[in-house]
Amino acid sequence: MGPRLLSGNEACALGAIRAGVRFFAGYPITPSTEIAEYLARELPKLGGTFIQMEDEIASICCMNGATAAGVKAMTATSGPGFSLMQEGIGYSVMAELPCIIVDVMRGGPATGTPTRTAQADVMQARHGTHGDPPAVALCPWSVRECFDLTVEAVNTSERLRIPVIVLMDEIVGHMRERVELPDEVKLWEPANPKKPREEYCHYEDAVNYDSQIASFGEGYRVHLTGLVHRKDGFPTDTPEIIKWNLDRLKRKVEDNRSWLWDVTYEDLGAETVIVTYGTAARSAIAAKREFERKVGRRLGLVRLRMVWPFPQQRLQSLLKSARRVIVPEMNQGQLCRSIERTVSRDVPVVSVLRYDGEMLSPEEIIEAL
Amino acid sequence: MDEPRFTGEQAVDEFLDRFRLDERFPHILCPGCGIGTAMATLARATAELGLEQDRLCVVSGIGCSSRVAGYLDCDTFHTLHGRAIPAATGVKLARPELEVVVFGGDGDIMAIGGNHFIHAARRNIDLTLFVLNNFTYAMTGGQASPTTPQSSHPAATAPYGNVERDFDICFMARASGAVFVARSTAYHVAHLKKMMKLALGRPGFSVLEIVSQCPTLFGRQQGMADPVKMLEWIRDRSVDVSEVKDPWQVEDRFVIGVLHDRVEVPPYSELYEGVRGLAQARGRR
Repeated sequence: MGPRLLSGNEACALGAIRAGVRFFAGYPITPSTEIAEYLARELPKLGGTFIQMEDEIASICCMNGATAAGVKAMTATSGPGFSLMQEGIGYSVMAELPCIIVDVMRGGPATGTPTRTAQADVMQARHGTHGDPPAVALCPWSVRECFDLTVEAVNTSERLRIPVIVLMDEIVGHMRERVELPDEVKLWEPANPKKPREEYCHYEDAVNYDSQIASFGEGYRVHLTGLVHRKDGFPTDTPEIIKWNLDRLKRKVEDNRSWLWDVTYEDLGAETVIVTYGTAARSAIAAKREFERKVGRRLGLVRLRMVWPFPQQRLQSLLKSARRVIVPEMNQGQLCRSIERTVSRDVPVVSVLRYDGEMLSPEEIIEAL
Repeated sequence: MDEPRFTGEQAVDEFLDRFRLDERFPHILCPGCGIGTAMATLARATAELGLEQDRLCVVSGIGCSSRVAGYLDCDTFHTLHGRAIPAATGVKLARPELEVVVFGGDGDIMAIGGNHFIHAARRNIDLTLFVLNNFTYAMTGGQASPTTPQSSHPAATAPYGNVERDFDICFMARASGAVFVARSTAYHVAHLKKMMKLALGRPGFSVLEIVSQCPTLFGRQQGMADPVKMLEWIRDRSVDVSEVKDPWQVEDRFVIGVLHDRVEVPPYSELYEGVRGLAQARGRR
């Protein structure tokens, strides 16, 4: 397939289709709506299902239902809708339903700035739902990456039996770029086929991740609940099993951190290193080029393609020789605290923030240098 | 179709086979509760209809009535409070070959889940919905629900009496577009089974309200802590649809029977299959 002019939202929808997503339940919300519109047109062609629900709560629950019935499913939304979905995301975590939630971020709180940009939901993606949920959130910075990371989100969610969040924002969602997409994408295949019904246990330790699970309609008579449950899926109040259940959820991410962490970097030998993600990284790379051309000194750059789980140990080693760290973000400083905890106390961490609905500019980053 | 397909021991076996008897029983329901009656009747109805357990998916939300999903031996989906209907919508659209049944209470379906109820009816999603109406939030201890009658009797969150007006579940269902609407009670067990079988047999969004007793909470609050007293109250307030002129205009009575039946409205899945055909035809052009 030749080069195409696509928006990030379209690339995301295309990535989902290539990754095998055949079910979408959602509710219109700016600036994510183009994802729904694209899938409303394309999914029925593939025998898939698109449904516009009555709100975002219904959307995420409907998606969970389709997932439980064995279809790769997704939803897409923005800040206010993402807030409404939080309980449902908790259900996906608890029942271990693989699915993806795309949040094309805008400013908040509340209705906030529907048509403007922000990276305002970084912490909501981590701690939005109650309890102690594990979280995986990917953060694309280009149209091509909207495609790639959506495919990766689907694969990761299948592999870990966990909801995965794709954190886009208004700019990356609406921006058009010339992209060449791969003809084929690599899809996760379970290494272990599921056991026959007599021996099957929906939540045994061996199937926490990397395993095929049973879905509704396959004759396994599965029981799913949002209550803390035993290995067979039925609820319990026993303290040891509550702890086992929560540890099991935590281990999905902890055991797999090394391959989950997704960080790109250049010029780490430099004294000053920029650590950033998503749209803000576009300005950061421009700032780096401009600074190096004018000042003639190298500037380090670390870009997180995955913000959760936070790659603390990876960053610790990458930032070992940094004397100063700059963190550009389009919010009031949501990820910089995690980065502060990562570097030693004598390394200053400078936040470069913008949250007026406009894109952070390279000049603002250069000023902070 | 009201004659059981099974007789004697075979019927009992087939009925018992529908429950997870091994370790899930005894159940959590109070003595005298109507939910057990409704659950057992659902098991009988599905057995008599010959519905295969492996093709049955029971979806519920949160509350006493929603615990039914945990005791039935089929695919069971105990979802979030109020969200059984959208979750069931996802299951049904993903696997249309499954018989998807939603079982929930008045608080779960009509309050927190009220909007989903309306829209599932409007879309005519192919689901069978059983709303067990015991007029109270029982799981949390007898708070006023959307079906608690306006009365001077106290509820846990209406200690001076309930000033709010109550919903008529069947009227709401009909107004929202449900194609099959019926009411029965936990007292009229044979009638309940008949209504369940009819509802299960209808394509599209079918609603059956099951008026039930909660002697522990609603009953106690209303001066009917004895289950038998509550059942008699239900019996005495019930009137068959054939005995009234207009079932929608009867005050202070439970009109039981089929209240609304429109078989000609195509279910959502059928219409969406048409969308797929259209999309595919345009895609080829």
